[in-house]
Amino acid sequence: MLRFIAKRLASAVLVMFTISVLVFLIFFATPGVNPASRIAGRSASPAVLRQVAKEFGLNRPLPIRYALMMFHLFIKQDLTSYVNIGDKIIPQITAAAPITLSLIFGAVVIWLFVGISGGVIAAKNKGKFIDPLVMFFGIAAISIPVYWLGQMVLLVTQGGLHRSIFAWIPNGGYVSLTQSPWQWALHLLFPWLTLASLYAGIYARVLRGELINNMNEDYIRTARAKGLSERRILYRHALRCSLISIVSLFGLDVGVLVGGAALLTEVVFGLQGVGWLTYQGLQNLDLPLIMGCVMYGAFFVVLASAVVDVLYAYIDPRIRVVA
Amino acid sequence: MIALGVLLFMVIVTLLAPIYAHDIAHDNPFASNLQGRIKIGNHYRSVMQSNTQGLGLGVTPIGPTWHFSKYFLGADELGRDVFARILYGGRVTLLIGFSSGLICIAVATVLGMLAGYFGRATDWIISRALDIVWAFPIYLLAISLSVILVTSGLDLGIIHIGAGSLLLPILIIASVYVPYVARPVRGIVFSLKERDFIQAAIASGASDWHILRKEIWPNVAPSVIVFFPLMVALNILTESALSILGIGVQPPQASWGTIINDGLQLLYTRPWVAIAPGICIVIVCVALNILGDGVRDAFDPRAKLRGSI
Repeated sequence: MLRFIAKRLASAVLVMFTISVLVFLIFFATPGVNPASRIAGRSASPAVLRQVAKEFGLNRPLPIRYALMMFHLFIKQDLTSYVNIGDKIIPQITAAAPITLSLIFGAVVIWLFVGISGGVIAAKNKGKFIDPLVMFFGIAAISIPVYWLGQMVLLVTQGGLHRSIFAWIPNGGYVSLTQSPWQWALHLLFPWLTLASLYAGIYARVLRGELINNMNEDYIRTARAKGLSERRILYRHALRCSLISIVSLFGLDVGVLVGGAALLTEVVFGLQGVGWLTYQGLQNLDLPLIMGCVMYGAFFVVLASAVVDVLYAYIDPRIRVVA
Repeated sequence: MIALGVLLFMVIVTLLAPIYAHDIAHDNPFASNLQGRIKIGNHYRSVMQSNTQGLGLGVTPIGPTWHFSKYFLGADELGRDVFARILYGGRVTLLIGFSSGLICIAVATVLGMLAGYFGRATDWIISRALDIVWAFPIYLLAISLSVILVTSGLDLGIIHIGAGSLLLPILIIASVYVPYVARPVRGIVFSLKERDFIQAAIASGASDWHILRKEIWPNVAPSVIVFFPLMVALNILTESALSILGIGVQPPQASWGTIINDGLQLLYTRPWVAIAPGICIVIVCVALNILGDGVRDAFDPRAKLRGSI
């Protein structure tokens, strides 16, 4: 197990390195405009351009430029914005991170809970009314733009009904967990539900398929022959095996979630997390800000999926041997 | 079949956009119309109406008139006809979805077949390149590429693509999804290569090109076709996400994504500006996903027999 963890972490480091090189090439070596004027913004003075060129070593060879970018991003952490002059970027990202993490954490809890229980209920009631329902949510999940779903949720909860049945919902914004756990959950409830609803359907659909497949396996027949109750067979035997595919799916989705869906959810609900910061960067074409958010976001995704993989290997020993 | 019908209907309706704008609505959905007045029944109403609530300052665009010939779904912040814009936006969204799907699948199939068939160094280079793109969170990669390219365009010596060109979102969306198709294709070709009929073709001295075209491609094609509708749906969602962030389709062009974004400021006063294009996206994507399931059942009947998903 320890060997597996070490191997998985080593490959994560390698992946982070290649991602950072790719980001570097995209931001500093794409043919077209001079990177200095790109970073400094459209109406930068020659003095600012010279400063940017010096900061990122733009007249020096590529490897040095790469090293300088990484130095400003991770070691000295003094990357500054040229749009909001003097704003340090890394502190902004670390200040915004708890909001993003809260959003993801709650959504993951809801989506795994709803997805897994939905999948089990659907597999138990195979061929009944619940099947088309799970099918429907599974397809809806991969067909609805999350941003639009968020808008619709806002329209219902903050629009005309806000004065009557949804009066208990705060007017948006964010309260930190340490300040008041209850308010924290209340403020994040609908962003969580928006994000989770997209994934719960897919997970229920996949788990249902896996469970039905597994229930036809030999080991289930053996368990039945031993005289175990159906209940025990479903929860202790079939579900345990079926959860493996859910965990591997989860490893892939964390990346999509952090990079895409969570970003859009933050924007539409006005939660000032890392995704919202990225959005601000895009609105002002603040390239250092975007670069910082992309890099920290991507590194977080790589680490998170490494952790999921370790978990995966813990549940399913076969993975440890193969990898 | 219903799914295919719905899809064709949407395509035809969006293709009729200019006819609607010129001959039925008589307006230009790309020019602002802040002073305009329209005739409904016997009275005239202005497109931008003065606010009566609050301080009475500012203007609100006209809401849905539900008169098919005039501002059916109302106007946006610049007094433009939302219904006509959705028709035009649909063309752009569908164009991006289908063409980036085609490009992505074509490139990915070629790469996957080359890597799987030739193995060794070719496979190593292609697979590593795919791994890098695969490891990069899709949207972060698309955002990085878009923000650079959409601001300054792409200049590759002989080829120059302008900053506002639709080719940019098409190419960006196509390239970020290449590994998702190329990796399975490589796997299929890899296992095909061990099969007797390929070995027989190699032994009989057939050229690589002949084997790839006549023996391997017919066996890869069904899987690739199954991917296509799903990829188009994914591309449409990606396009709308990028457009919402302001780095997809650039004005004066509109897509369903940009219209959803326009609708955010008007969400509580004129919700239809946001609701309608979203419904269009959902309809098209549901149709594509159901079509994808249907195509899979047709090409791979065993999947249905297994009763999974």
